Amino acid sequence: GPALADKLGLGRPALPEEVAAWDLAVLPDGTGLPEGSGDVLTGEEVFAEKCATCHGEFAEGLDAWPVLAGGAGTLTDARPVKTIGSYWPHLSTVFDYVHRSMPFGSAQTVTTDETYAIAAFLLYSNGLVEDDFELSKENFTTVTLPNADGFYPDDRAQSEYPLFTVQPCMESCRSAPPQVTKRAIELNVTPEDPDGRPAGSLPLVTAAAPAAPAE
Amino acid sequence: MSDDPQTGPSRRAFLRHSALAGAGLVAGASVARAADPDPLITEVQPWASAFGDPVDATPYGMPIEFESHVVRRNVEWLTESTASSINFTPIHALEGTITPQGCAFERHHSGAIELSKPDYRLMINGLVETPLVFTYEDLTRFPRHVLTAFCECAANGGMEWGGAQLEGCQFTQGMIHNMEYTGVMLRDLLAEAGVKPEGKWIYAEGADASSNGRSMPLEKALDDVMVAFFANGEALRKEHGYPVRLVVPGFEGNMWIKWLRRIGVYDQAVESREETSKYTDLMPDGRARKWTWIMDAKSVITSPSPQAPIRHGAGPLVITGLAWSGLGKVTAVDVSIDGGNTWVPARLSGEVKAKALTRFHFDLNWDGSEMFLMSRCTDETGYVQPTKDALRAIRGVNNVYHNNAIQTWWVKPDGEVENVEIA
Repeated sequence: GPALADKLGLGRPALPEEVAAWDLAVLPDGTGLPEGSGDVLTGEEVFAEKCATCHGEFAEGLDAWPVLAGGAGTLTDARPVKTIGSYWPHLSTVFDYVHRSMPFGSAQTVTTDETYAIAAFLLYSNGLVEDDFELSKENFTTVTLPNADGFYPDDRAQSEYPLFTVQPCMESCRSAPPQVTKRAIELNVTPEDPDGRPAGSLPLVTAAAPAAPAE
Repeated sequence: MSDDPQTGPSRRAFLRHSALAGAGLVAGASVARAADPDPLITEVQPWASAFGDPVDATPYGMPIEFESHVVRRNVEWLTESTASSINFTPIHALEGTITPQGCAFERHHSGAIELSKPDYRLMINGLVETPLVFTYEDLTRFPRHVLTAFCECAANGGMEWGGAQLEGCQFTQGMIHNMEYTGVMLRDLLAEAGVKPEGKWIYAEGADASSNGRSMPLEKALDDVMVAFFANGEALRKEHGYPVRLVVPGFEGNMWIKWLRRIGVYDQAVESREETSKYTDLMPDGRARKWTWIMDAKSVITSPSPQAPIRHGAGPLVITGLAWSGLGKVTAVDVSIDGGNTWVPARLSGEVKAKALTRFHFDLNWDGSEMFLMSRCTDETGYVQPTKDALRAIRGVNNVYHNNAIQTWWVKPDGEVENVEIA
């Protein structure tokens, strides 16, 4: 296969310090977890300092910022509330994402121990551990999130493609004339040009009627 | 066969007469005769006499001012921060298939970062014989390849799952661009590091704060995934990943990692935030699909459309649109003017490429009456683009992503066009 092609000798070996600096990923089985630990109360302090201005003191979310706790049992509701507790499958993702990409606007400023503590606090906020819980590299994989079994790999090849891979109707396909059931214009939430048309509407290019010839 | 005038033979006959077989059909139409000579012709215009701009006026040009409507647009209420947000390609105003980079949509999770070529590094690590670091210059020395592909955000049309919400195909189908890329194949870089037999997945992440890490099976990485540094002939734009991005033909746009800094090889998927919390598709039973990578066959009529009304009155009308499929080549696009009762094949214009935008045209002699315009794409696997109702019957309304449903435009007798759903 192509992976067996001759090497060109480009690039140079990555040093262990370089790999350690950039490969921060944590996998669901705990691969990639650094040494460290943190408890709920420490996490509450760090969260109050670094996270709560957007996500709320209790991780409930302020204004339109993401809600990190709550929403348990809402996944079949008309408007599901998808949070770490109600939706996320793996604690590894919480650690990994917070450590690498939060706080929003000043990422990679939380230490590994702070990240363990924040993760412990988020478990507490979601009602999943007691307030004396300490999360560490050692006990990390004993935590199972409520929606761990809530996902399945893409099944469209079985559940959709056979239904949609059929000779399409070309004539007399409708049993009744079309009836309009939804109009975007009634919501009126699209950005507008000054004349009230949808923003970016094409300008008029139709030739104006010729002006009356000058006398 | 129904005698209903809306659905029966007379309606079909109308459509048959409306579809122009060639220019000959309009030859009988009366051609307007000018009453007075046109001064734009009879009087010498300034541009026909004086100089235009010199060649040193514009080292790198922008579109002429009259095309100022052909720009990216933001919809403020869609996201809480413009640094983690989306804007929209003005597909209503474009033709052909290549998206001009300057108005090709953006989606960032922590803003468009500025990363110079000297500062650029790419690491390959994990289950490889030799973890490697490449500079930008190293990458330019690998054998190059060229491919054209669409990049469609998984959320394109996502706001339309529950109904008709936004007014214009820029907003309802415009999280997409299509460029000709030049770069090196990811398989060649992986070969340089030597993937170990236990390596089954790669994880790609960007240099930005969000990192946007995504897992994909090694088979895809070894197939057609490109590490690209040129798009449409020049370097990537900053907002599209300068100087290096991943091009993942046919797969959801989120996986096209920008400002690519690391490829990790693992024995399992990382199940990162962008493939658990996001880019998973909630189904009616409360479970969710994950790893819905492929973008299914889709199309949209770009004109007429809400931002491109018909202002020229009845008579010859060009219906133009885009079709694409993440599973291969587009083989057919059918167009309906009567809400899906009757369908007529459109012309595929230009070269059809796999996993790339395809232009279609349908020439109509519009009689000035109301129309419900639709387009329906078929790809080389035989998959036919479904209606939104057919998708919702399986997925419900909270899928968020992967809305490839047929779009309906309601064309009024005055030529104005609305985004609607019909029953």
